[in-house]
Order: sequence, then structure tokens, then C-alpha cells
Amino acid sequence: MKYAFYPGCVARGGAPELYDSAVAVMKRLGIEWEELTKAACTGAGLLQEKNRKLGDALNIRTLAMAEQKGLDVLVICSTCQGVMSQANHAVQRDPEYLAEINKVLADEGLEYKGTTQVKHLLWVAIEDIGVEKLKGTFTKQLDGVKLAPFYGCYMVRPSAALGFAANPDRDTSLEIAIEAVGGEVFDFPGKTACCGFPILFINQRNSLRMVSNHTGAASDGGADAMVTPCPLCHLNLDGYQPKARKQNRGDKADMPIIHLPQLLGLAMGMSEKELGLQRHIVSTKEIVRKVDLITAR
Amino acid sequence: MQANLKVRRFNPGEPGAQPRFQEYSIDVHPDSTILDALIQVREEVDGTLALRCSCRASICGSCGMRVNGRARLVCKTRVEHLAPNGEQLTIEPMGNQRVVKDLVVSLDTFFNQIKRITPYMQPDKEPEHGEFIASNESMTNLLTAMNCIMCGCCVSDCTVLEVDPNFIGPAALAKAWRFTEDPRDSKRNERLNALNNEAGGIWDCTRCMQCVEVCPKEVAPMERIMEMRDAAIEAGNTNTSGYRHTESMYNSVKKHGRLDETRLAIDSAGWTNVPRMLDLAPIGFKALLRGKMPPILPHKAEDKQKIKDIYEKVEGERK
Repeated sequence: MKYAFYPGCVARGGAPELYDSAVAVMKRLGIEWEELTKAACTGAGLLQEKNRKLGDALNIRTLAMAEQKGLDVLVICSTCQGVMSQANHAVQRDPEYLAEINKVLADEGLEYKGTTQVKHLLWVAIEDIGVEKLKGTFTKQLDGVKLAPFYGCYMVRPSAALGFAANPDRDTSLEIAIEAVGGEVFDFPGKTACCGFPILFINQRNSLRMVSNHTGAASDGGADAMVTPCPLCHLNLDGYQPKARKQNRGDKADMPIIHLPQLLGLAMGMSEKELGLQRHIVSTKEIVRKVDLITAR
Repeated sequence: MQANLKVRRFNPGEPGAQPRFQEYSIDVHPDSTILDALIQVREEVDGTLALRCSCRASICGSCGMRVNGRARLVCKTRVEHLAPNGEQLTIEPMGNQRVVKDLVVSLDTFFNQIKRITPYMQPDKEPEHGEFIASNESMTNLLTAMNCIMCGCCVSDCTVLEVDPNFIGPAALAKAWRFTEDPRDSKRNERLNALNNEAGGIWDCTRCMQCVEVCPKEVAPMERIMEMRDAAIEAGNTNTSGYRHTESMYNSVKKHGRLDETRLAIDSAGWTNVPRMLDLAPIGFKALLRGKMPPILPHKAEDKQKIKDIYEKVEGERK
């Protein structure tokens, strides 16, 4: 099982523990990969605001590089997933647009035929590897650990570009992963809402209200941690949680925001250090302690 | 087939009333919409259930409700589609709007937002021959936003309105776009400037795509908001964090092929914005201590000149 690995900017920047934990988990899952070191940033929807075609051209270039290798793209970021899927969807349903983009890519000797799939590690784990085989890589059953899913907008919308109709499990993929590690799902309406990151630097007050609402709901519901496949959500929900909670609820930040690979890694028996859990702003000590107390199979 | 409905009931007019859920289990025709099922409940089981509907054909926009947490026109949604095996359907009134009773929400929020964008044409002259002539292309362009039936589904599920009732909201902003793009309107720049400057205007959208997803008429309000951002910048509005944010991303990818997160934070605030810098500093420091600070020199894509070439090629086409 081999993929063209596109880690995204944040896993190489503000959330290095995501890159490290993802790589460690991918090895355990028996995934092989080639990292796409020449690929550009997806533009995160922001570049597309200014020039849609430019954003699409950069993303189709990435998909064409993977296609040349005969590989699908594996991502570890909801935003990368969504933005690349949107570009892919746009050219797949409009051959004229694809031809226009290919003209831009021709100088580099690239021509995209439209065959590459973009798949988040979350989807790879439950669709390509499969829940049963995934469970086989775990050494611990996270009984009694309550986890709040938090998807990130780009992982769930627009559903047409993300292939939800053909893959109905994607609608509950994160809950499936939480149940696979043996955890209890804390279901709440905020799980598919916005974390506030895109407006953090534009309207911080609103952004922090979102952080406070979501993490506060998880705390009130007794969740031990929140799990997210999106490092941008992580940056906001973790990094700004102390300020957000103080400003909006007058309480302390107590909701650890765990990256998806860190959750899988914990169930695989990996250590706090291996998974970079000590690097978070909101302490992960309690959940690490709780998992440590569970005896390995 | 069996329809199992769990309906949120609330009558704010009743002293001491609290919202509660009531369950109904009824036998419906296999082709039933959720609206058909609700009407059947009202007529055959519980005459006290309040709901609003009119055309029953997704034209009037009266029956917006939340089904399983997502806003939908219930006349356009079949029971079988969402609950083929009799799964329970949770029906609630739309969000972000005041509940009048049960599934009926007040239209005040929606129309107060619409009023904020001056929702009528403002030509600067009388038509020469009794009417204004507009090209087919310009009218076809407006079709997306003109499809809006004012059902309020996008307002219901807007994630910004959840935290900020002053946001103009997706439906009204899509309506504003309809006028900024209309060649017969003379106030394009005034409209764009106002939406750029106003608190709750175009820069407060988070791009979460809820409105795009739930709109039953493919208005895609968020796309319209993004177009207005671009148009507002073209009209000379460059003194916003939103503008600097987009520019920073654009320049960072052009220069390094990747996002420079540190630079994005500083650029968006504005380099001379001392209070914002002081605000960023402690979070940056904390991240540094935990080994989470983005590198000062960002990761660069290999062979990044190729990325720059694409920029130049696509930008060249635009000029």
C-alpha cells in the first residue's frame, strides 16, 4: 500500500508533532510512501480567494506529480484534503478547464489525466486498511476514554467534492476511528462547525468565541480529549484555548486537542514523547496518564 | 413505511415553558417527504404541533427546518432518503433565529439582515426607453444569487452568526452581491466600501462552507462573499486585516512554495500594529517553549522556481 505523501505546511511548521506522529503511525500501519517535496502549499482556500485558477493550477500540479508516479495522495490535514479535492472535482467535471490547467503545467512536462485520489490518513485507515486490520495494530483498548470528534470544515464540506455519496462512511469517519481504538464518542453539534482559525487574525473575538464554545462543550460533556484530523483546528483550539476560555467562560483551558495520528499512536502503545504530546499548549498529561494505566494486550 | 420523528417542541408564549422533544411514530407513504410526515402528524396525531409551509414544492422557502442537525427544506427531503430503515429523524426549528413556536421561527432576523444591504436597485438615471436594457451575460451571471428563495437555511447553519448576531449573514451578503454585479446599479463601489468597512461585513465570513452545503438552490453564498472581497480590494480597499492576510498567503507561496505561518500572523496584524504584536508575543513565546514555534525561515518547496513560474503564467493570463 503506497501513497504520495503530502504532509502540508502546518505539519512542517506550527504542529511538528503531527508530522512525527503521522510518520510513526504510518510505519506501524505498513504504509509506504514517497513524500512530495516539490509540491506547493494548497493555498488553504485563501489563495483561491484571490485567484481561483492559480490555486487550482498549483493543486492539480501536485496531483499530476502523484499521477506520474501512479500513486494516490495521502494527506494529514483536513484543509489540504478539502482544497485539493475541490480542485480535483473542478477539473474532473470540466474537461475544458482541465485542458486550460494542463496548458499551465505543460512547461514542466506535466499533464493531469484526472485519476489521482486525495485521501486523508483517516480515510486511508478505515477505507483502504479497514477497521478490522486497523484494530489489529492496536495493543491497547482505550476503555473509558471519552473523546470528542472535531472534523474541520474542509473534511466535511462541500460533500460533493469529497465523495461522500460514494463513501458514506466518511460522514462518521472520525467516530469510526474513535470506536476502533475502543474509546467512547462524545457527540456534540460543534463537531462539524468551524474552529475559527480562518478569522483568527481578522476577527479574533469571534474566532475565540468559537474555540471557547467547542472546547467548553467538550469539557462540560466530560470528554477526556478532543480529536481532530486538522492541524489548523488544532492550532486554534489548542494554542488559543487558554485565552478563549478565560475571555468567554472565565474558566481554565482543560481540553487537550489530540491529532488523529496521536490517538492511533496511543492505541498502538506509543509513548508520549514519540507522539509529541508534550508539545501541546493545553496539557495532555491527564489523558496520557489515563492511557498509561490501561494494560497492553 | 414507518417514519420515526423526534420533534423539538417549545412554546415561548407559555409561562415557564422549556424546550423538549416529543416522539411520533407514524406509517407514511413510501414517497413521503418529511413535510408530508409532519403534516400527517399534525392532522392525525397531534393538532398542537406548529410548523410553517406553503407551496410544498421548494419554491416558496417556508419550510426550512433542521433535520438531524442540518438545515433543509423539508418539502424537498424524502423520509426514505434519510431514514430508509425507519431510523429516527430529529426535527428542530432552524438555528440562529428566534423560535415563535415549535418548528416556526421568526423572520425578523432574516429580513433585518436583508434590510442592511439596501436591497433594491439604485440607478443614477432614468431609463431612456421606459426600461433598462441589460445584456444576457450580465443577467445570467446573476442567476446564482437570484435563485435565492429566502428560506433562511444558510442563516440557520452559519457558524459566524452562532457567535456574532451582528454578522450580516450569508443570504443578505449574497443579495448584496446581486446588486454589486448588476450593471444597472450605480452604487457598486459605495456598496463594496460599506461591506468592506462595516462590522459584520464581508471579512467576517470564516469560509466554513455551511451555507454552500445547506442552500437548497445552489446560491453558494460563500462564493459570492469571496467575489465581493476580491471586488472590494479591486475598488481600493486595502487597509483591512483580511486583505493583508490574503496577500501574505499569496506572497508566501509565491516566494517559498509554502506557507510562512509566522509571517502570516504578523502581516495580518500589520507590522506597525503594536497592540496586536504584544497580543501575539505571549502565544508565540509559549509555542517556542513547547517546540511548536513555526520555523523563522519556513520550509521551502524544492525547485520552487517552478511554482513561481505558474504564478507568472496564470497572473499573465489575467492581465
